[in-house]
Amino acid sequence: MTALLEADDVRKFYGDTCALDGVSLRVDAGEFVSIIGPNGAGKTTLVNVLTGLTPPSSGRVRFKGVDVAGAGPVRLARLGMARSFQLVTIFPALSVADTLAVAELARRGRSARPFSAVSRDREVRAAVEDVAALFGLGDKLERSARTLPQGDKKLLDVASAFALRPEVILMDEPTSGVSTADKTVIMETLVRAARRMGIRAIVQVEHDMDIVFAYSHRIVALHQGRVLADATPDAIRADADVVATVLGIAKTQGRTEPGRV
Amino acid sequence: MIVRALGVLAAAALLLVPVAGIPYTTTLLLPAFGYAIALLGLNLLFGSTGLLSFGHALFVALGGYTAAALTSRAGVRSLEVLLLAAAVTAALVAVPVGLLCVRYVKIYFGMLTLAFGMLFYSFLYKFYTLTGGDEGMRVLRPVLLGQPLQHLDKVAFLTGPFYYYALGVLVLAAIAMRRLVRSPFGLALRAIRENAAKAESLGVSVRRYRLAAFVVAAVFGAVGGVLLVVPTGLADPLLAYWTHSGNLVFMLLLGGFDHFLGPVLGAVVFILLQDAVMSLTPYWRFVFGAILAIVVIFFPRGLMGLLDARRAPAA
Repeated sequence: MTALLEADDVRKFYGDTCALDGVSLRVDAGEFVSIIGPNGAGKTTLVNVLTGLTPPSSGRVRFKGVDVAGAGPVRLARLGMARSFQLVTIFPALSVADTLAVAELARRGRSARPFSAVSRDREVRAAVEDVAALFGLGDKLERSARTLPQGDKKLLDVASAFALRPEVILMDEPTSGVSTADKTVIMETLVRAARRMGIRAIVQVEHDMDIVFAYSHRIVALHQGRVLADATPDAIRADADVVATVLGIAKTQGRTEPGRV
Repeated sequence: MIVRALGVLAAAALLLVPVAGIPYTTTLLLPAFGYAIALLGLNLLFGSTGLLSFGHALFVALGGYTAAALTSRAGVRSLEVLLLAAAVTAALVAVPVGLLCVRYVKIYFGMLTLAFGMLFYSFLYKFYTLTGGDEGMRVLRPVLLGQPLQHLDKVAFLTGPFYYYALGVLVLAAIAMRRLVRSPFGLALRAIRENAAKAESLGVSVRRYRLAAFVVAAVFGAVGGVLLVVPTGLADPLLAYWTHSGNLVFMLLLGGFDHFLGPVLGAVVFILLQDAVMSLTPYWRFVFGAILAIVVIFFPRGLMGLLDARRAPAA
C-alpha cells in the first residue's frame, strides 16, 4: 500500500548547516504521528519540507504517491494537505466567519469569483457554521480574530486549516503559547473535529510530552536532523537512548520555559 | 446605515449641482469624478490588498493619453470607445508591470511603482513626436452615447451632459467596486493583506491575486484618467508625475481607505478644499501638508472613519 505521506532520505542544508540529514518517514491513513525533539532538531524544517513550503536539498517527498517536494502550499492544499503554524497565524481584522470562509471558498475553487457576494453563498455559510461549531467558535462568528482570547485564536488557526477538509493535516505545535488547561481542550477539540471531518491522518510537532504520549499512535524523535527513533509511545518510553537525549531535554525545556510561545 | 443615508444624500446633491446653476462649482467637481474612479481602484490595491502604490498616476496618464491619441490622432470620438480602449490599454500595461511589482511588498512595492511611474513620465516628456512632449496632446470633445451635441458650447457641454455622464460612470464604478470587495475575490485580497503566508496555506495564490488587484486598479485608474482629461482638453506629462501619484494617495488617506466609498469622499473634498485654499493663499501646498499630517495622526481612518465611527476598522 502506498503511504499517505512519505519522506525518503530528505536532506536540507541552509548554507553549511545541515537541518535535515537523511530523514525518512511515512504516515499512513488513520495515524496520529507526533514529531518530537529538542530545539534545533529540525522539526519545523521537516514540517516545512513535508508541506512543500521549503524544497528539500535532496530526497523525495510523496503525498498520495505524487512527488510534492517544493510544490508550494497552494498546490498541496488542492491535493488535500493542510497545515497550521507554530505561532498563532490568523487574519487579525477578519471575522471568524470570514477567516473560515477563505478556506471554504478556496476548497471549492470559488476564491476568484469577482462579483458574487460571500455573504450570499449559503453553502459556504453553512460549512463555515459547521466548522465553527466543531471548534466551539459558533457564537463568535462575527467577532474579528484579533479580539479573541489566545486559546480561541489558536483554535481558529487550526480550524481554518481543517476547513480545507484535507486528508492530512500537519500542525506545528498546535498547543504552543496557550495555558496548560487550554492545551487539553484544544487537543480534544481537534481530534474530535478530525474524526468528524474525515481527516485521515494528523502529524504534529509537539513539545508537551503529556500530550504527545496521550494522543500519538506513533512518535518520531528527531535529533540533529536525524531520526533517532520512530516507534509507538510505549516503545519510545522504553528506549533509554531516546529518553536521555530527547525526552530529558524536552522535559527540562517544558519546565524551564513555561512562557515559551 | 448613517453612511448609506449620507451616500444617497450626497448622490442626490451631486445630481442637483448643475441644476442649481453654478457653472463654476459644476466644472470644479468634474475632476473629482475622474479622481474618485481612479481612487476606487487604488483603494482595492491599498485598502483591500495592503499594497501602497506611489505610481498610480501612470495609469491615470495612460487613460488620458489614450483618449488624447484616439481623439486627436485616430478620429475616434465616442466616449464609450475611449473608456473601453483606455481600460484595455491599462490592463495590457498593468500585467507586465504588475508581474514585476507584486513580487515585492511594502516600501519595495511602493518604490517600484514609483519608478515605473517616473519611467512613463520620462517617456511622455521625451518622445516629442509621439506624445507631444511637455506640450502634451490635445483631447478633442468626445461624443456621448452617439449624441454629437455640437450646438452646446464648451461650458454647457461640460456642466450638462458630460457632468451627468461622468457621474454615471462613477456610480457604475462604485457599484462594481462594492461588489468586488464583497466577493470571494475581495475576501481573498483582505486575507492576503492580513497575513499572506496564512492565505497561501489556505489555498489562495497570493501573487496571482495581487496581480489581479493591480490590473483592476490600473483599469479604474485609466477610466478615471479619460474623464479627467476631457474637461481640460489636454493630456500632459504631469499626469504621470510622481506628485500626481502623491495627490492620489493624499486623497485616499483624506477620505479613508477602509470604506469603499472613502475614496469618493476623499476626491470630492480634496478638489473643493484645494480650490478654497488656493484662493486664499499661494502656499496651499503648505496648508495641505499640515492637513495630511493631522489626518494621518488623528484620523487614520480618514473622513469616512469620522462618519462611520461604529464600524470596526478594516472590516
